[in-house]
Amino acid sequence: MTAGLLPSPNPVQLIDPTGAEVEQAGTRRDYPVPSAARLREVWHAMVIGRRFDIQATALTKQGRLAVYPSSRGQEACQVGATLSITGDDWLFPTYRESMALVTRGIDPVEVLSLLRGDSHCGYDPIATRTAAQCTPLSTQLIHAAGAGYGEKRRGTDHVALAFIGDGATSEGDFHEALNFAAVFEAPTIFFVQNNKYAISVPLSKQTKAPSLAYKGIGYGVPAEQVDGNDPAAVLAVMDAALEHCRSGKGPFLIEAHTYRLDAHTNADDATRYRSDDEVTAWLERDPIARVEAWLRARGELGDDIVAATNAEAEAMAAQLRDRMNADPSVDPMSLFDNVFAQRTPQLEEARAMVAEEIQAEV
Amino acid sequence: MTVTMGGALNAALRDALAADDDVLVFGEDVGTLGGVFRITDGLTQQFGETRCFDTPLAESGIVGFAIGMCLTGFRPVVEMQFDAFAYPAFEQITSHVAKMRNRTSGRVGLPLVIRVPYAGGIGGVEHHCDSSEGYYAHTPGLKVVTPSDAADAYSLLREAIEDPDPVIFMEPKALYWSKQDIELPCKRPAFGKAKVRRDGDDVTLVTYGPSVPTALKAAEAAAEEGWSVEVVDLRTIVPFDDETVVESVRRTGRCVVVSEAQGFAGVAGEISARVTERCFHSLAAPVARVSGLPTPYPAPMLEKTYLPGVERILDAIARLQWDDQPDLTYAEVGARG
Repeated sequence: MTAGLLPSPNPVQLIDPTGAEVEQAGTRRDYPVPSAARLREVWHAMVIGRRFDIQATALTKQGRLAVYPSSRGQEACQVGATLSITGDDWLFPTYRESMALVTRGIDPVEVLSLLRGDSHCGYDPIATRTAAQCTPLSTQLIHAAGAGYGEKRRGTDHVALAFIGDGATSEGDFHEALNFAAVFEAPTIFFVQNNKYAISVPLSKQTKAPSLAYKGIGYGVPAEQVDGNDPAAVLAVMDAALEHCRSGKGPFLIEAHTYRLDAHTNADDATRYRSDDEVTAWLERDPIARVEAWLRARGELGDDIVAATNAEAEAMAAQLRDRMNADPSVDPMSLFDNVFAQRTPQLEEARAMVAEEIQAEV
Repeated sequence: MTVTMGGALNAALRDALAADDDVLVFGEDVGTLGGVFRITDGLTQQFGETRCFDTPLAESGIVGFAIGMCLTGFRPVVEMQFDAFAYPAFEQITSHVAKMRNRTSGRVGLPLVIRVPYAGGIGGVEHHCDSSEGYYAHTPGLKVVTPSDAADAYSLLREAIEDPDPVIFMEPKALYWSKQDIELPCKRPAFGKAKVRRDGDDVTLVTYGPSVPTALKAAEAAAEEGWSVEVVDLRTIVPFDDETVVESVRRTGRCVVVSEAQGFAGVAGEISARVTERCFHSLAAPVARVSGLPTPYPAPMLEKTYLPGVERILDAIARLQWDDQPDLTYAEVGARG
């Protein structure tokens, strides 16, 4: 029983940083390399996603966003995992998953609402089956377990995919979520993007566990480590996790080893806690470049498609810039609309006061 | 028929489960055991383990799990077992339960009821007797409900389960065994309507939940001294019934707020401020508070000293004869506030 819970001792890797397929040394099962068509789709979405991320970072520097937590370098995780699920499955993102939301098909402007400050969540979580981006750490994992269990109770095979970072595995809710999901056999995938730092605190000060994937064992949740910069490996491990969940076997934990190339947010100074050499080493493990090399070597990708995709990404960025440069208008009276389904007398009272203030200003 | 408050709550859960397949009851010990206070007694037996079930012992998990289930259309009623045991769930309640509708611009409501047996008077050990209503009432987005008799317990819990918004349902555990002659099912006034439990002309006692019977006893005793005391039972702290309270205090000209929670920065202080703002010109004396002491809830042997009892309420009423005692010192006026 325990043996079935043990993750592979080494992260699953199918394509190395040069784009070459590799032997799956040290992994406990065979993972097939995904089809060229799927890898081309992931490559395309990663190019768009990265351009979005770079544009959002630029918008922060221009004062259009209050803050932006970049996920540049984590494209394989965010795009790969998100493309693996269907529109009927649930997604539970954190504040760093903007790229995943864009991949999900959510309007990039709506994705940035939270960070621009016009609303806490710009999109419809029910229509998109995508929860509001979560700022407290790990709290959304329990929601994901509950939603996964709810789907199971409804008799569907829909799953809940929840993202977190390495630091959040120290929070109590991470443990409660894994435990609840396991006990109720909820079809929930916990996807840990181990990007090595929780703001400035390195993994070595976060945990003594040999791997975050090993944390599944204590809860009876099978887990796998994956090279989070290898999109092929991410897809393959997600496929295995989805098959596990959809066949009624309960939750699955994935630890993806990746790296946040930028600082935690624009408010953070990453040079205080990590070296240029370290960043450079990770730049050489670029997830986009390696899939591009793999696709080119097989004649699945040529300069024409690369140029067209880059142009598409530029057009998306230009449109995003234009739309983000327009000042959003927010109605102050909307403050009172969604505290409860119906306003209480106390809300009516406060609302009347603000209405009067606005009237006086006019 | 004679019904205890605990029995009424059990009936409310039973009727809600029967009325709507999406209603679920879960929490620690609510299944086979029927809850430590037996409020969920027999529900698993009647409706099966898919409708009323035990969870791992983790309050944050219980509340967070309920949030996720709401997303798929369920209406969970979860139990926190004891007031202070709910604190591990505080982040889920304040950061998510209270804010979800607002955060999502009205697109995600959480029809979720969190039952919290609360307050003291039962000789419970530490962490079993806290009055935590102030924490919840202070958080926008939560309705806070606290019945004081069996009929309200039934009616308000049914309403809580049907409400599209999250409700913190505070159950005064000292009143679980209090009895009332009523027919169930029953329907009492909706959330946001206080009830005048006793009419009076000289002083208004504003109170709720566990303090209602104490206030009524005090009113009875005061009547023997010739004071006509009105007792207003709020029933819901959020929404708050300003109208009934203000109408009563403007008529009586005097107000004492009674609550078991400690007074500083609490619900009683909020009520006092509201009454002062709205009834200033009608007041013959400052609004007084009689509340729990500014100490942690004590060991059971000191419970009687801690809890606001009849004597302290009578004392406060006496102090409200302000116009007869213009020289009261600050300490004398404020000591018990």
